[in-house]
Amino acid sequence: MLKIKNLEAGYGKIRVLKRISLHVNPGEIVTLIGANGAGKTTLLAAITGLIRATAGEILLKGDNLERLKPEGIVFRGCSLVPEGRQVFATMNVRENLVLGAYVQHRQGKRQLQEGIEYIYDLFPVLRERRHQLAGTLSGGEQQMLAMGRALMAKPALLMLDEPSTGLAPLIVKNIFQIITRLREAGNTVLLIEQNAKAALRVADRGYVLETGKIILEGSSEDLLTNRDVQRAYLGRDVKEN
Amino acid sequence: MKRHLPLILLILAVIVVQLLTRWTDTAFYLTPLTMTGYYSLVIVGLCLLMGYAGQISLGHAGFFAIGGYLSAMLTTKDLMPLKETLLLGLCDKLGLLVQGQDMLGVASLQMQPWAACGFAILATIIVAYAIGIPVLKLKGHYLAMATLGFGIIVYRLALAFPLFGEADGISGVPGFPLLPGLAVSGDFNSRVSNYYLAWGMVALVMWLLVNLIHSRVGRALRAIHGAEGATNAMGVDTARYKLNTFVISAVLASIAGIFLTHYNGGIGPSEAGIMKSVRYVAIVAIGGMANLWGALVMGAVLNIMSLRGMFGSYDDAVFGGILIVIMLFAPQGLLGISLSATFKRIFRRGE
Repeated sequence: MLKIKNLEAGYGKIRVLKRISLHVNPGEIVTLIGANGAGKTTLLAAITGLIRATAGEILLKGDNLERLKPEGIVFRGCSLVPEGRQVFATMNVRENLVLGAYVQHRQGKRQLQEGIEYIYDLFPVLRERRHQLAGTLSGGEQQMLAMGRALMAKPALLMLDEPSTGLAPLIVKNIFQIITRLREAGNTVLLIEQNAKAALRVADRGYVLETGKIILEGSSEDLLTNRDVQRAYLGRDVKEN
Repeated sequence: MKRHLPLILLILAVIVVQLLTRWTDTAFYLTPLTMTGYYSLVIVGLCLLMGYAGQISLGHAGFFAIGGYLSAMLTTKDLMPLKETLLLGLCDKLGLLVQGQDMLGVASLQMQPWAACGFAILATIIVAYAIGIPVLKLKGHYLAMATLGFGIIVYRLALAFPLFGEADGISGVPGFPLLPGLAVSGDFNSRVSNYYLAWGMVALVMWLLVNLIHSRVGRALRAIHGAEGATNAMGVDTARYKLNTFVISAVLASIAGIFLTHYNGGIGPSEAGIMKSVRYVAIVAIGGMANLWGALVMGAVLNIMSLRGMFGSYDDAVFGGILIVIMLFAPQGLLGISLSATFKRIFRRGE
């Protein structure tokens, strides 16, 4: 689905990503974990076309995403749920979802309504609040709305940037359960998270990013039991085990 | 239907006001009312830009002046000395020019008003794109300052060139015949038709804008206002939307300038002044930013008061003052506030 080869990107003269390679297969949940400043958000910015890669290539379904503007990349089927949710506060829940289907404007009204119903089934709380302004939703509800909004574009690849930020632990659990449901519905997900434990529990595979390099790659179980990962990201002292 | 109710009310109000001036024998009110109609075009255009796309412009008087000055200049200045040039020869062949006589009976050559109108709008579009492409990359007060700079340049150019009449402006602008029997002019006998023409244009523009903001485009604009980055992530070409909205509102200001100049028979540099731009921004703010109808109503009320001289020589001070008060106490606009809540807020602040 997504294939990144030897990607280099950064801001000005600062090289943040140093020859990164990773891939996401169709129907997989892949997580990218790493501490602050590791380059997670930079990687997303490069995939979504907000910054230009200086070397390497990004392929989505075999198409090169280089030289495409952000909106072009969304049209190719790559949707982002931005960090901090960024719902459209002054618009109601339904309008937020309709805007999510912006790239699907050729579909008829009936298909649009079906799409919205599908999201309501996935997140029943959004149906209850469909006429409410998005700014008045709780953090967890806003996260669900942001995810629903991105799904409205019927993306081939859904990218989630730190969906657990600023949410209560119980809500985080709920959000991650929904992510597993997304896979069952056949979606492909790239999950960027600081909350390594939660992310690895739902993901099939994971990559560990550190100061712009991928230092580890493997199945989620392997990473969860890896001592380095445990020490660095899961907050567990090695001696305890 | 619900969406078009205000539009029907607007049309009814326009008719009722005209009938009232007829019955009460106060037809002199029609002149400021007509001018207010044209100013309303600037205001609703700016409302689309500020309230919906979330981009400020302190240079809209500049676009108004570009429209007004260009159409005034092309329809009054004698183009005879330029007759042999390629561009004018082409205009002549296309029938865009009109032969006339000046006061001394010497043959002169002017441009047809509708051709001048076309050139003025074209020039506005070019200038709006040229200014908009670099300037709309800025945000917040940087954008405000850049558009303010543009407004100052236009004002200074209008003052500096003899071609634009310097401090006197351009007068003697002929009427603009639109249809047989209907011309934009200050002619005493066509007061009623001009009143309906101006407000008919307002109704038409409102209908277009209301449809626009309820469309896919309008939804994208409101989303840009809310969270620009996220809108981009939805696949919306945010830069293009902002630019096109800027150009649309500039063209509305320019059309208002063209029509008002033909109506008044002239234009002066005060129309290009900074305080005019501030006034437009103030009125949009009073109307409630993302509220086309609020902006229209407040614009109509304040412009008529101003044109009837109710603020005396404190005109500019009143609009500046209104802007400050609105920003402090009613950022949602006058029509969007609950009075009791505001009083509570003011008094709590005082404690």
